[in-house]
Amino acid sequence: MPASKSSAPRTMFEKIWSRHVVVDRPDGYTLLYIDRHLMHEGSAGGFDRLRPRGLGLRRPDRCFATPDHYVLTSSRSIDDIPDAHHRAHVRAIKTNMDAAGVTLFDIDDPRQGIVHVIGPEQGISQPGLTMVCGDSHTATHGAVGALAFGIGSSEVAHVMATQCLWQKKPKAMRITIDGRLAPGITGKDVILAIIARMSAAGATGHTIEYAGSAIRALSMEGRLTLCNMSIEGGGRAGMVAPDDTTYQYLAGRPFAPKAGEWDKALAFWKGLPSDDGATFDRELSLDGNAIAPMVTWGTSPEDASPVTERIPDPSQAADALRRESMERALAYMGLTPGTPLEEVPVDRVFIGSCTNSRIEDLRAAAAIARGRKARIPAWIVPGSGLVRQAAEAEGLDKVFREAGFEWRMAGCSMCVGMNGETGKPGERIASTSNRNFVGRQGRGVRTHLVSPAMAAAAAVTGKFTDVRKLMA
Amino acid sequence: MEPFTTFTAVAVPIDQPNIDTDQIIPARFLGKPRTDRVAAAFHDMRRTPDGALRPELTLNQPAYKDARIIVADRNFACGSSREHAVTVLQDNGFRGFIATSFGDIFYNNCFQNGVLPVVLPAERVAELRALLHKTPGATITLDLERQSVTGPDGKVDRFEIDSFRKDCLLKGQDDVSLTLGYEKDIAAFEARQKSEMTWL
Ligand code: SF4
Repeated sequence: MPASKSSAPRTMFEKIWSRHVVVDRPDGYTLLYIDRHLMHEGSAGGFDRLRPRGLGLRRPDRCFATPDHYVLTSSRSIDDIPDAHHRAHVRAIKTNMDAAGVTLFDIDDPRQGIVHVIGPEQGISQPGLTMVCGDSHTATHGAVGALAFGIGSSEVAHVMATQCLWQKKPKAMRITIDGRLAPGITGKDVILAIIARMSAAGATGHTIEYAGSAIRALSMEGRLTLCNMSIEGGGRAGMVAPDDTTYQYLAGRPFAPKAGEWDKALAFWKGLPSDDGATFDRELSLDGNAIAPMVTWGTSPEDASPVTERIPDPSQAADALRRESMERALAYMGLTPGTPLEEVPVDRVFIGSCTNSRIEDLRAAAAIARGRKARIPAWIVPGSGLVRQAAEAEGLDKVFREAGFEWRMAGCSMCVGMNGETGKPGERIASTSNRNFVGRQGRGVRTHLVSPAMAAAAAVTGKFTDVRKLMA
Repeated sequence: MEPFTTFTAVAVPIDQPNIDTDQIIPARFLGKPRTDRVAAAFHDMRRTPDGALRPELTLNQPAYKDARIIVADRNFACGSSREHAVTVLQDNGFRGFIATSFGDIFYNNCFQNGVLPVVLPAERVAELRALLHKTPGATITLDLERQSVTGPDGKVDRFEIDSFRKDCLLKGQDDVSLTLGYEKDIAAFEARQKSEMTWL
């Protein structure tokens, strides 16, 4: 862990990486130490892999767990979960974690929630740490300046047994968004605009650092949303350099450093941002002033357009493969090229997921819902029990209920529908989640990704509506 | 883990780019035991909502029924980290995947399960798919030792793979046993970190 001997300017990624090298092999593989391992129901597979080998957890003190994928958001009783396998998964997390001595935020704990919401909320996610989870949206935690990435279940087992991972060093990419975001434009619109520009594979093999004045001006919630969808652009991880926004957010959180330790940590954190003159393997920049509220119209997150535009025409596609994939996507989505996005009717709204279920997201949605009525079914699924409590303390639940929205409990819910909370075939959903894949929210369901304010606007108008028209 | 050396099998072309892991195995099957989800592979791509097989899909055509290698396009198996995407394909006999790029997590997951993901240039990948469309049931050979792909046209392409991954696959060695051999280094790292990052 000694500081690099070379004085060449280094990226933040490089600094965090080099500090966690346990072994560098001549073949280019690194045994990387993992500071935090987040777990959910799916992590049970790791225990199942270790048990026959007689292996247990090396560092249970570095692990944190919560059930999120299989819990119902209508009830906190495990008995209410209709599927026997799902019930067993939710029960197993308690048995496994208690036996292993892992901190668990269980279903009846107000701190329970989507793993990527509670990590930052509890102060478990901190600058300069390496973090993993058996979930592809682990990049979320990069918003506090951590190197965080998703892994598969064999790797989960590997981290459990060794607290390390074999990694080949990814390349570094910087995405710079300068300028100022217009009112109504959020982290969600920024990341959708980025992916639309660079494609869903644009950052493959890279760790992304988001930089520029528009990023600096984002709140921690906005940065979490941004980093969350790094994987949708192919990125291994996404991160934002820590600054005063980060420190203010973390101060006083239950697992954040306290008193004298805080000062030591702060001094370390302040050395993390990329040095001036550090070079990246790739650079991309977008003008923040030009970003409009975004809506996806296809079945890949790269199929995103400003709400002011029309459904694109496949005949204008760059090549035959792209044309075919657009045609296939539009057929699935039931959309006609040339239709203005603002004329597309919506059947249902889902506001939730690790992308957009934090307090600021709920405030933005409530600001649009206030004094209006939902014309279609609309769900609000807070990201954690604590987000739900905070929203209730501000009276947001009342705003939503009066507007005819359904106020639910914390979990992944309709983002992936693994708990059975899915849309109906053919239903068109304005969703604040991160994936518009075919069948993601249920078989035959048509998902359009939008920001929370845009989702609320769709709920009260029954179609996609430029949220800026509804802002007072 | 079963070692991977050479593998010759019928290959099936899938032309779509960005096939995500939700297509490879829809979320509703993930909670089931592994033996109960074998038929879930590409379930919703292969079937209409009323359950009928879509005849236009290569995966459903009799000529490809023995396929054990997939030739896809770009960003194959992107999306969710579900390792079920690898295991369900493996349980259907697949041991090799060729694409112009892969979802990172799927790519890593392959090596944990003894299957080989191969990246080839876009032109050759398109050419391979065209050959397989023209002669359904044609075979491809993957030779890990020589790092080569032999197409139905007899043309041989070399592919890149990290020597670390290659060795583990050839030996059928999984990462955990390897890492346990580095116990001393891990303990030394932990001792250092304990004194330097006291707040952790
Ligand atoms: S909210 Fe959705 S994307 Fe996030 S962890 Fe849950 S299922 Fe995955």
